[in-house]
Amino acid sequence: MSDFPWLTVIGVVPLVGALVILGLPTRLAKPLALAVSMVTLVLTIAMCAAFDVGGPRFQFSQTYTWIPQFGVHYAVGVDGIALSLVALTAVLVPVVILASWHDADAPTRTARHNAKTFLALVLVLETMLIGVFAATDVFLFYVFFEAMLLPMYFLIGSYGVSGDQVKRSYAAVKFFLYSLVGGLLMLAAVVGLYVVGGKTFLFSDLVGHVDTTRPVEAFLFLGFFIAFAIKAPLWPFHTWLPDAAAEAPIGAAVLLVGVLDKVGTFGLLRYCLPLFPHASRTFGPYVLVLCVISILYGALVAVGQTDLKRLVAYTSVAHFGFIALGIFAFTSYGQSGATLYMVNHGFSTGALFLIVGFLISRRGSRLIGDFGGVQRVAPWLAGTFLMAGLSGLALPGLSTFVSEFLVLVGTFTRYRTFAVLATLGIVLAALYILVMYQRTMTGPAQPAVKDFPDLSSRESWVIAPMLALILALGVYPKPLLDVINPAVQATMQDVSRTDPPPSVPVSVTSSKGRP
Amino acid sequence: MSVTASSALLVQGAGPQYVNATGLFTLSWVLIALPLLSAAVLLLTGRRANAWGHLLGCASVLCSFVLGLAMLFAMLGRSGPDRLIDQHLFSWIPAGSFQVEAGLLLDPLSMTFVLLITGVGGMIHIYSIGYMAHDPERRRFFGELNLFVAAMLLLVLGDSFLTLYVGWEGVGLASYLLIGFWSYKPTAATAAKKAFLVNRVGDVGLSLAIMLMFATFGTTSFAGVFSGADRMMAATATGIGLLLLLGACGKSAQFPLQSWLLDAMEGPTPVSALIHAATMVTAGVYLIARSNPIFDVSPNARLGVTIVGAVTLLFGATIGCAYDDIKKVLASSTMSQVGYMILAVGIGPGVYALGIVQLVCHGFFKATMFLGAGSVMHATKDNVNMRHYGGLRRLMPITFLTFTAGYLAIIGFPFFSGFYSKDKIIEAAFDKGGTSGLVLGSAALLGAGVTAYYMTRLMAMTFFGRPRWEEGVTPNESPRSMTMPMIVLGIGAVFAGALLTFVGDGLAGFLTPSLGPAEKGSPPVISASGQTLLILAVATVGAVIAYLQFGRRSVPDTARQDVPVVVTAARQALYGDAVNEAVFMRPGQYTTRALVFFDNFGVDGAVRGLAALVGGSSGRLRRVQTGFVRSYALLMFGGAALVVIGLTLAYAI
Repeated sequence: MSDFPWLTVIGVVPLVGALVILGLPTRLAKPLALAVSMVTLVLTIAMCAAFDVGGPRFQFSQTYTWIPQFGVHYAVGVDGIALSLVALTAVLVPVVILASWHDADAPTRTARHNAKTFLALVLVLETMLIGVFAATDVFLFYVFFEAMLLPMYFLIGSYGVSGDQVKRSYAAVKFFLYSLVGGLLMLAAVVGLYVVGGKTFLFSDLVGHVDTTRPVEAFLFLGFFIAFAIKAPLWPFHTWLPDAAAEAPIGAAVLLVGVLDKVGTFGLLRYCLPLFPHASRTFGPYVLVLCVISILYGALVAVGQTDLKRLVAYTSVAHFGFIALGIFAFTSYGQSGATLYMVNHGFSTGALFLIVGFLISRRGSRLIGDFGGVQRVAPWLAGTFLMAGLSGLALPGLSTFVSEFLVLVGTFTRYRTFAVLATLGIVLAALYILVMYQRTMTGPAQPAVKDFPDLSSRESWVIAPMLALILALGVYPKPLLDVINPAVQATMQDVSRTDPPPSVPVSVTSSKGRP
Repeated sequence: MSVTASSALLVQGAGPQYVNATGLFTLSWVLIALPLLSAAVLLLTGRRANAWGHLLGCASVLCSFVLGLAMLFAMLGRSGPDRLIDQHLFSWIPAGSFQVEAGLLLDPLSMTFVLLITGVGGMIHIYSIGYMAHDPERRRFFGELNLFVAAMLLLVLGDSFLTLYVGWEGVGLASYLLIGFWSYKPTAATAAKKAFLVNRVGDVGLSLAIMLMFATFGTTSFAGVFSGADRMMAATATGIGLLLLLGACGKSAQFPLQSWLLDAMEGPTPVSALIHAATMVTAGVYLIARSNPIFDVSPNARLGVTIVGAVTLLFGATIGCAYDDIKKVLASSTMSQVGYMILAVGIGPGVYALGIVQLVCHGFFKATMFLGAGSVMHATKDNVNMRHYGGLRRLMPITFLTFTAGYLAIIGFPFFSGFYSKDKIIEAAFDKGGTSGLVLGSAALLGAGVTAYYMTRLMAMTFFGRPRWEEGVTPNESPRSMTMPMIVLGIGAVFAGALLTFVGDGLAGFLTPSLGPAEKGSPPVISASGQTLLILAVATVGAVIAYLQFGRRSVPDTARQDVPVVVTAARQALYGDAVNEAVFMRPGQYTTRALVFFDNFGVDGAVRGLAALVGGSSGRLRRVQTGFVRSYALLMFGGAALVVIGLTLAYAI
C-alpha cells in the first residue's frame, strides 16, 4: 500500500468525525469522538509500521498544486521527526478525550459550549496538528500553524474549568495575541523566503537555495525563529504559557503543552536549521543562552509556584529549553535527543497534567496548599503521580532520561559551559517535582482530602498507557531512535555540521569483546 | 584463586579485556530480573498479595543469592583473565555516534557485590518479616526493598557508566521511597526528599563525568573508557576523577554531601541496615574502585579522594560521639567507616582491594548492629533514645551477643573482622609515605580511637547500667525471624575479616583481575606489628574513656547542656544542615521568590506594557475578546493582505 495517501486520510478522519459529531445528539458524541480518535490512532500505527527506516527522507509524500500562481502546493510527507510527532498526537488525543469524559459536560457549560463542541474542537485540532507536522510546503505549514490557534483559543477561553471567566478570557487572548505576533513575523519571513528561495514554497526545493551570503537570510531566520520561540516557548517569550495552561481545561492543557507547543521546537529543527543553515550556526550560541536561561529560570520559577497547573507549565518552559538546546548544539545525538525529548515530554508532562487534573476535579482547587496527605487516602493516585513526576525529573530507566542525557551530552561535546549550566537543571527538576509531591501527597491526610476516591477505572485507562509508554521507551528507545536518527542525519547535512570527534578515540567494537 | 596470569591483564594501556559470557554466565540478567519481577508483582497487585507478598520478596532475593553463589563457583573454576565476563544484552541508546549498549559485566568485583547485596540483603529481608509484621503496608515495603536490590544489582553489574547510572538512580529512588515509607510523618517525607536532592547534587558530578568520558573517548563503556585511560591528558583524568568523586560523595554520604544520611534514619530500621549501611552507601566506593584505570593515572584526583575520605571518617566519628539516638550514632559511624573505604580506594593502586575488604566486612558488622538496634527498638516501643535503654543484655541475650560481635568487629578487636579490614587501611595510609601518608595515617588512627569511644558509649548506654526504660516498656527478645538473621550476620561480623584474608589468596587476591594486584607501597615507617599495637592502644584508650564516662557513672535522663563548644557542635552534626540552609536553602528561596515576582511583573509586565503602548491602554487587551471574532477577522485580513502584497512585489521584482 505504498501509494495509500496515509497522511491525508489520517488528517481527514478527525475532521470528518468532528463534523459528524456536531450533527449528533450529545449523548452519542463522546463514544463517537473516542472511536474516531481510536481509528486515527490505529491508522497512524499502521502508517508507522509501513514507514521504511532505511528509505527516503520523506515518505508517504503527496504533492498537488494548490495555488499555481504563487507556487503553493498541497504537499505532505513525513520524515522520522514528523512521523514521531504525528504518532504522539495520535496517541494523546484519545487519552485526552477519555480524560475529559466528565469535564466536558460540567454543569457550568452553556448550551453553545457543551461536550459536543468541545470534542469537535479537539478533533479539529488533531487535524490541524497532523497537518502542521505533515506539511512539506512552507505555505501549507504556515496555514496549519495559524489555523491550529483557533480551536485552541476556544478550548482555552470557553471551556476552562476555573470559575473566573475574566481570567480565562485574558489567558485565551494572551495566548492568541502572542501566537499572532509570532505568526505575522513568520508570514513576513515566509513571503521573503518565497522571494529569495526561487519562487517556490516546497521544502525540498527551498533547502540549500537560500542565499546564505546576504543578510536577508538572517532576517528570515529571525522571523521563523521568533515565531517558533514564542510557540515553544523559550524565555522571555514564555509568559503566555502558564496563564493559558492554567486556565485551559486539563485535556486542552495536555494538547497545548504536549503537542501544540512542540510545533515550535519542531519548526526550529525542521525549518530554521535546513532552510537557514548559515544563520542558524551564527545565531546558535545566542539561542543556547536563551535555552540555558529557560532551563534554569523555568525550573526556579516552577519551584516558587503555588498553583499545580502553573507549576507544571513552568516545568515545561525548562523542558523546552532542553529541547532547543539539543537542536542548537548541532550534534546528531543532541538533535536525536531533542526529537525524542519532544515525544517523551508529551507523554511525561501529559501524564503529569492529567493526574493534576484528577486531583483538581476531586478537590475543586488548583492550589498546592489545599492538598496534603493524599498518599494515605488514595495510594494509586499518589503512585501514578509520583511516577509521572519522576519522568518529569528524568529518572534513568524512564524515557525522559534518555532524551535529556542525549541533549546534555550532545551539548557537552561542543559547548561545555552551556552543558554544565544546563546539567544544574537536573537538581532543580528534582526540587520542583519532589516539593510538589511532598506538599500534596505526604504528611497526615488533610480533612479536605479524606474522602478522595482512588483512581477510577476510566482514570486508570487514561494514565496507564502513558506510564507504560514512558517506561517502555526508557528501557528500549531503539525503535523510536531508529526512526529519528536518519532524519536528524539529513538535517545535520543541511546545516553542514558533523559531530566533534573524541579526543582519545578508542576502538569500541573490539573492546566490547563480542564476536 | 590463582592470580598468575591476571597481572598481565592490567598492563597500562591495554585495558581489561572482557570475555563473552557463556554457559551459566549468560544468566547474569536473571540476577536482576528476579527481584525486579517480584517488585513489580508486589507493587502492582495490591492488597491481594498481602498474605504472601513478604514470602515472594524474600524468595526472589534468596534465589538470586543462590544463583550468584553458583556463578561464584563457576568463576573460581576459571583462570584469572577469564574471570572478566561480559554479557551483551541489547542496543540501548543508538543515536548516531553516541551508542550505548545494555550489557552486564560479571567480574570478581561485581561478583563480590552480588553476593554481599543478595546475601546480606536476603538476611535483612527475612528479618523484615518479623520487624514489619504489624505494618499494614508490609507488602509495599517488600516491593520497594526488592526494587532496591534489583537496582543495586544493576548498579554493580552494568558494563558501562550509563547503565551503572541507571542503577545508581534506581537505588536513589528506592532509598527515597523507603526513607519516606511512613511518609504520613512529615519528618520522614522531608528526610526522603532531602536524601534525593543531595544525591542529585552528586549526580550532577556523575553525569558530567560520563559526558566528559564520552567527549574524550567516544564511548561510555567500561571496556572502551579503560582501554584509553592512559592516553588521556592529565587534566582530563583529574577532571573525570573529581567529578566521579562528587558523585561518590552524594551516594556515600561523604563530606560535603553527608547531611542526608542522618535524616535517612527516619526510614524503617531494616532499610537503614541494608541501604544506609551495608550496600547503597558503599556505591561511591564501588564507583571509584571500578574506575581504577582512571584514578591510576591521576594522582591529583586520588589526593582529592583521600582528603574526602579522611575528613569524613573524622567528621562521622566526631558526631557519632554526640548523639543519643542509637540509629543516628550508627549512621554517623557508617559515614565514618565508609570514609575509611574511600580513603583506601583513594590511596590507589595496590590498595583498592583493601577498600572492598573493609566494605564487605562493614556490610556484615554494621548490618548486624543496625538489626540489633532494630531489635532493641522493637522491644522498647520504637524508642531510639539510648538514655531510655540500659541493662538490656540480660533480657535480650541474642541481640546483646550479636551486637557485641559487631561492636568488637568495628573497633578492630584482634581477630574480629575490623581487625583485618580497617586496621589494614590505617597501615596502608601510613605506608603511603611522605607528609600526606603521615597526615592521612594519623587521621585514620585518631578515627580508630574515636570509633572505639562512641561504640563503647553506645554499648554501655544500651546494654549495661541500670534500666532507664520509659513507663510501660517491658523489653524481651525479638522473634526468631529477626534473631536468626542477626545470628547469621553476627557470625559474618566475627569471621568475615579472617576468612577474606586467609582463604586462598584472600578477597584481595580474588579481586586482582578487576583491581590490579595488591602491593606494598614504600617500606613501612613503623613495622607492621608496631602499627597493629599502636592502633590497638589508641582504640583501647577510646574505649576506656567511654567506659569511665558511661559505664561507671549513671546516665542522666537528658543530655547535659553545660558542655564544651565542640560537643555542642557535634550534637548539631557539625552544623552541616546550618551551612546548607545558609548557603543553599535561604538564598535559593529568595531567588525563587524574586524570580516569581520578576516573572509576573518584569517579563510579563514588559510585554503587557508594550501591548498597552501599541494598543493605547492595557484595558484594550481585555476588550479585544469582546469583539473577538471581528478583531480576528480583521487581523486575518491584514495578514492575507500582507501576503498578497508580498507576493505581488515578489513577482514584480
